[in-house]
Parts: sequence; C-alpha cells; structure tokens
Amino acid sequence: MLKYVIKRLLWMPLVLLLVVTLVFFLTHMVPGSAIRVLLGPHVGEAQLQKATAEYGLDKPLLTQYFIYMGHLLRGDLGRSIVTRRPVATELATYLPATLELTFFSLVLIVVVGVVLGVVAAVHRNSPLDILARGVAVGGVALPQFWLGLMFILLFSYYLRWFPMGGRMEMTIAPPTRLTGMYVFDSLFTGNWAALLDALHHLALPVLVMALTNLSTTTAMVRSSMLRTLNEDFTLMAKAYGHRPFRVHYIYALKNSLISAVSVIGLTTGYLLGGDVLVETVFDWPGIGLYAARSILHVDYAPVIGVALVIAAVYAVVNLITDLLYGALDPRIRY
Amino acid sequence: MERHDGPRRDSLWRRVLYIVRRSPLAIVGIALILLIAVMAIFAPWIAPYDAVRVNLSQAFQPPSASHICGTDDMGQDIFSRIVYGSRVSLMVAFVVVGIAATVGTLIGLISGFFGGVVDMVIMRVVDAFLAVPSFVLAMISAAALGPSIVNVMLALSIVWWTWHARIVRGEVLKLRGTEFMVSLRSMGARTPRILFRHLLPNCVGPIAVQTTLQLGFAVLTAAGLSFLGLGAQPPTPEWGLMVSVGRQYLPASWWMITFPGLMIFLLVMGFILLGDTIRDVVSRDIQ
Repeated sequence: MLKYVIKRLLWMPLVLLLVVTLVFFLTHMVPGSAIRVLLGPHVGEAQLQKATAEYGLDKPLLTQYFIYMGHLLRGDLGRSIVTRRPVATELATYLPATLELTFFSLVLIVVVGVVLGVVAAVHRNSPLDILARGVAVGGVALPQFWLGLMFILLFSYYLRWFPMGGRMEMTIAPPTRLTGMYVFDSLFTGNWAALLDALHHLALPVLVMALTNLSTTTAMVRSSMLRTLNEDFTLMAKAYGHRPFRVHYIYALKNSLISAVSVIGLTTGYLLGGDVLVETVFDWPGIGLYAARSILHVDYAPVIGVALVIAAVYAVVNLITDLLYGALDPRIRY
Repeated sequence: MERHDGPRRDSLWRRVLYIVRRSPLAIVGIALILLIAVMAIFAPWIAPYDAVRVNLSQAFQPPSASHICGTDDMGQDIFSRIVYGSRVSLMVAFVVVGIAATVGTLIGLISGFFGGVVDMVIMRVVDAFLAVPSFVLAMISAAALGPSIVNVMLALSIVWWTWHARIVRGEVLKLRGTEFMVSLRSMGARTPRILFRHLLPNCVGPIAVQTTLQLGFAVLTAAGLSFLGLGAQPPTPEWGLMVSVGRQYLPASWWMITFPGLMIFLLVMGFILLGDTIRDVVSRDIQ
C-alpha cells in the first residue's frame, strides 16, 4: 500500500513535467508574438524589439524552453506580460475560487448521480429509468455556456432569485482569508451573512456544472447497482423477508456508492475542463477566467501555469480517489 | 462471403433493425442527425434570408411570422443563420473526427503492435495529453494558432487523436498474444498486412462508437471555443459565436442566444444517441 502511494507520488512530477513540455510547445508552435498583441499595431519596430528581448522571446525556442524549465524548478512560474505580476501569486489568488466551485459541483454530482443511478436500476426499463438516464445523457449534450446564460436569464433577470455572477455582493465584506474558499472561511469564522451570500452565488454555476456532468456517475452507479441486485446476498436478504426498500436503499446502495467514488477522478477532469466556460459566463474569478483572459491576450506564462495547476489538481484527486476506492472495497489491494 | 458452420450469426443489417425498433431513443438520434443534415445540404432553399446580409433597420426584431427566430444586432435573420450554421458545425465535426480517428488509429495500431520503446514513448505523450482536460488543451492550441474556424479544427485534431490511439492500442494488446496472431506470423504474413487486414477490422466496433460520440463532443467543444472568441469570427454563422454575440444583449434579446444554443444541444444529443445505438449494435451480447 505504502509502496503504491510512494510510486504514484514519484510518478506525479514526471507527468507534470510532460504536461509543461507539451503546453510550452503548443503555446509556442506558432511564432506569433504576444508582445505584438499587447503593444498594439501602432508601435515602432525598436520598441517592439526591446520588449521582445525583455521577455526573452527573441531567443531560439529550445533555449526559451530550458530557461523556462530552469525557472520552474526553482518554483518560478514567470510573469504575466499583461499584469506584470508573478504568475504564482496570481494563481494563488484565483485557485481557491475554482476549487470551491469544483468541490461543490462534485458533491452535488455524487449525491444526484447516486440517486438517479439507483432509481434507474431499481426500476429498470420503466419510464422512471428512461427519465433518469435521459436527464443524465441530456445534460452532457447541453452546452455549458448556453445553459449558464439561460439560467441567468431565467433565475437572475426574470425571477431575480439568484445573483447574475461573481462570488459575493459588493456590500458584503469577504470573510477573513484562511483557505480562500468563501464558504469554508465564513463557516470557520462564524460569518453567517458572508456564508449565505457565498452559497447564493455558488448555486447557479454549481447547478450548471452538475447537470452537465451527471452522466458518468449515474451510468456507473446504475450498472453496478444492477449487478448488486442480482447477487446472492441481495436475493438472500429478500428471501429473509427484508422489505425491498431496505434491501435496495440500504444494503445494495452501500455497494454502489463505491462505484460512484471510482469515477470521481474522471468527473473532476470534466469539471476542470468545463471550468473556463462556466467561470466566463458567471464572471467567477477563478483560474478558468484567468486562463481565458490570458489566452485572449496571448499571455503564455499564465496559460502554462494554469495548465500545470489543473494537471496537478487532477492528479491529486485521482490519487485520492484510487486510495479511497481501495479503502472502501476490501477486494482491491495495491 | 462464405458462411461458416456453427452458431448462426445475424447479419449486421438485421441487428441494426432489431435494435432500432426496440429503442425509441435510437430513432430520435437518427431523426435529429438526418434533420440537421438535410438542413445543411439544402441550406440555400430552406433559409428564407441571406445569412450574412447586414440590415440595421431590421435589428433586434423579436420572433415573428417574417423572422421566426428573430433577428440579431446586425439585422440578420437568426433562423437563416442557424440553417447555414449547421454546415459549419457538421463540417467541423467530420473534419476533426476524421483526422483524429485516422491519426489516432494509426498511432494506436503501431503502439500496440510494436510495443517496447515505441509504445512507451507514444503512451507517455498520450499521458501528457490526458493529464490536462481536453478543452483546456484545445483552447491553448486554438489560441496559439489564431482564432479562425479552420484553426479550431486543427486544434481539436491535435488534441483528440489520443483517445483513438488509446482505444485502438488496447484492442491490439488484447489480440497480441492470441493464437490468431501467432498463426498469421507463422504463415509469413507481413507487418502492414497484419496491421491493416487483420488487426484493423477487429477494432472497427470500438472505433465506430468512439467516433460517433466524438462527433458530438467536437460540435460542443468547437462551439465553446467560438463562444470564448477563439473560433469562428463574425460574420460566420456559427452557433457558439451567435450565443456569444447574443450574450451582450441580454436580457432584452433573449432569442439571440436561445435558438442557436438549442441547435447545439440537439445536434450533440443526436450524435450521442447514435453512438449509444452503434454501441448496442457492435457489442456482442445484447440483453
């Protein structure tokens, strides 16, 4: 077990190294200069060359790559050309917002996905089953940016139930920063007004994230539940005269929860992928919005930084999921 | 082809009919795709107006008898733009998945068949691609290439071959140690022949399923990139771009985002349902 964890932990930096290399060359595959975009079209050649040299963009690509890697190994992610601030500082500012959004979406997905999956399996091939699966599959096909806008239109403009976007009203002071995640920070400091407002702002983006990513969990729970319902111990429990409700929702469900855990890693990947669009629509100040902004300015250092952070979060979540899966299912040994 | 003795196997066509008849969702999927395909092919006859003609006196018209989906900020008829937009979306989907499936299948065959160092190197590259969500990578590639619909197709192809490569490699690995392969070798079959005449046909099922599902996700991702300003540029009638433009005029002009977004949903849904149907057809055990 310990050996497995160590092996995985050692493997992680290698994967991240590969990711940085990949993203570095993707961003530099066209020699379009970020400086040119930044300074605008009406700039003298001399000024352009000076700025290009300042950011080291005049050197050969491989040299640039090794310079970047050298800085990275010392923990330096470079500077944003647009804001001129260190990328690491900016990532630290924006990451908690994204983690908060991802965490609550994940919780909602697991809860709703398990319910839908179990209901679908218990009432197999009934209209209820078709409905549950339809909701799950239909969600995948919904464009997240469009669903988000429709929600804003309906729930914010017309019904006025939820705010249009952002993390907190201007009139409410954010909670004291502990984790940077508003919900937890306000919970820990007992700041109820902030907590309520934070949850209020989270509702719509989390709903969009969850609806569009339900299908993997639902499908997984449904099929594992179907398998469990056919197993001897389920039949046995029924034969002993336990009520179907108890058998389905207490005995069999416990087994199916394990399968929900097994796809958390995969689902996190989808959530992080959709993050850019959802954050853009809801003006959510996380790394997705940061990435979108940087990309439109052809600002490379932040883009590589975001990719690196996302890959790291993804890798950590995958590791935790695998360990949790092993802990929950006694048949699995690493 | 000669029929062998043994358990009787239904023809592919009969399986398709059997599954389609049993599953209403398969019919919905096929109907959606056909509908949008017809839209794309006969666009000039279906669209009542020019999709890119600016007519500012007609701007921001709500849906009415003369403009059933309303008009946008340039006075362009949204229904006509949606009809022509189906061409853009279908083209992106088929080009991207065509390239990704061809390249990915080839690389997957090579990786699985030769194994060793070749396999190791290819799989590490694939790992790097899969360690970052594909939308993020597509976004980065599209931005680096410059915003245009052609570059979106290129960017998505760069990112997506990995899925096919992995699936095909997995299928090849399953077959590698089998007697079937050993006997081919012993009969002196050459490598290309083994790869393309014997291994490839065995991977067709999984490739078909993956390809169809990816057609849907290509539409979704391309629309997302255009929404962010990294894809199609005005005045191209592209659904994601139309939503992006309409966003600036919320809540007054709700029709500007509602209808194009709905079309993205319907097309993607069609591909997903079709993919599920194909999965049922090729999977060996029908319950």
